Amino acid sequence: MELIVTTLIKIFFFVFGFVLSLAALLTWVERKQSAVMQDRIGANRAAILGFRALGLFHIIADSVKMFVKEDFTPTGAKRFIFSIAPGLSLFFALLAFVAIPFGDTLIVNGKPISLQIADLDVGILYVFAVMSMGVYGVVLGAWASNNNYGMLGGLRASAQMISYEVAIGVSIIGVLMVFETVSLSGIVKAQGHLMWGGWVPKWGILVQPVGFLLFLTTGIAETKRIPFDAPEGESEIIGYFIEYSSMRFGMYFLTDFIETILIAAITVTLFLGGWQVPYLMADGFHFPWGSIWQLSNITISVLQVAAFTLKVAIMIFIMMNIRWTLPRFRYDQVMSLGWKILLPLSLANIFITGVLIILMR
Amino acid sequence: MNVHDKYKPLTLWDRIFLPRVLQGLWLTNAHFFRNILAHTLRAFGVKTAWKGSVTYQYPEERRPFFPRLRTMHRLTKREDGTPRCVACMMCETVCPAKCIYIVATERPEKQIEKVPATFDIDLGKCVFCGYCVEACPEDAIRMDTGIIEISSFTRNGMMLNQEMLLSFEPKKEYYVKEASSAE
Repeated sequence: MELIVTTLIKIFFFVFGFVLSLAALLTWVERKQSAVMQDRIGANRAAILGFRALGLFHIIADSVKMFVKEDFTPTGAKRFIFSIAPGLSLFFALLAFVAIPFGDTLIVNGKPISLQIADLDVGILYVFAVMSMGVYGVVLGAWASNNNYGMLGGLRASAQMISYEVAIGVSIIGVLMVFETVSLSGIVKAQGHLMWGGWVPKWGILVQPVGFLLFLTTGIAETKRIPFDAPEGESEIIGYFIEYSSMRFGMYFLTDFIETILIAAITVTLFLGGWQVPYLMADGFHFPWGSIWQLSNITISVLQVAAFTLKVAIMIFIMMNIRWTLPRFRYDQVMSLGWKILLPLSLANIFITGVLIILMR
Repeated sequence: MNVHDKYKPLTLWDRIFLPRVLQGLWLTNAHFFRNILAHTLRAFGVKTAWKGSVTYQYPEERRPFFPRLRTMHRLTKREDGTPRCVACMMCETVCPAKCIYIVATERPEKQIEKVPATFDIDLGKCVFCGYCVEACPEDAIRMDTGIIEISSFTRNGMMLNQEMLLSFEPKKEYYVKEASSAE
């Protein structure tokens, strides 16, 4: 009973409080960041009582618009599948957050509460399994909508997802070899150790720089956003959601942002130390020059959650930067990049990591 | 840049791809942080002349018009306030969109024979070519009001009659300050 209550509270705070509100905020971030990047102002017209708040009210305006628009089902569409597909897409994207640790143990009334919704032993495998389920929402929605462009988008999406699923899975093997665990909380805990004479935290990006680049590239491909938005391809085929309108389209739209957050969160967990703050141990800061700064458990937890949020925000900023800098890959370029470059590089990364681990033992 | 340059095969530097990506990210980020700095300084009232964007925030600030821009029509007046137009039908004849409708009538003083009884322009048909202005022998019609927000919920709302056309005055403040001597 108590487990259920704490889990529900954690789901409420992390999935609804953090992920979904961040996803809504990202619609604003994307417009504003691209605008500032391109010497524009960006969305700033929605106002309440003449108060514009940097265009933040566009989030409300957009969601109201999404909800009140006509919900249209085309003739010949498979009505049931057409209806559940966007929800499926959103559902699997949100489900993956269950295994992401966003903090260490918080002690409430003497009872330890792990700041992770479910501490699975095979956390990373679970996340990838759920992530690859997400393509079903896309493919089913595309196929059920009785539209050739939609079907093309769905085909491209499935081909791209399956190709990059291989590379993304192989690209993290190096990390798993270094930290010797597949549990996400275990990986984050292992990144709290110090290396190089106790000065530098053993973060994944430092021990696996190539793995980081490969994972980030394949991860962006998994989110189906530019430069890997062949499934959407808004200038040629409108993409898998061509027949969707109203909040059903909104769900696909939101899934894109949630997947961006998911990839950012996984990147942070695997390569940027997750919730780890450098030198912060379970009882306070242990600086490498010997001094110790004791802190209470609640302060440490707040610092860890803040560190996780900040790292995720930085990763999202970088991903948005890439999205607004690069043009789209052609479809054959996407395929050859995935199969001929990323997959061999990932395999080579595993081999070199293995050799180095044996040599340094 | 030579047109044929884009057919050159990619060098190794291009095909590694990562340096080029970083180059692009450097460019966009340079713009991003420069503009963010400009916006922040403006918000705190420092360096307000340094803008973080190149766009005009349209309803509040307008892009200055050049004198040759063709905006909504107006009819010019004589010193006594009567229309300069002599209803010669030149503009109605030259109009490629056939959007000018003139009904002529007699004028009391005999030096000038005619005056338009009605002078209607259907802006829903007008293509803003400016031929009416060029054809007019009396400098009676001009397109220098500076009004570009022309819209209506009905087709009849797009009709301009003589009274309205005579009432417009050119909006000097919408035009560039140093009026060019091209006229």
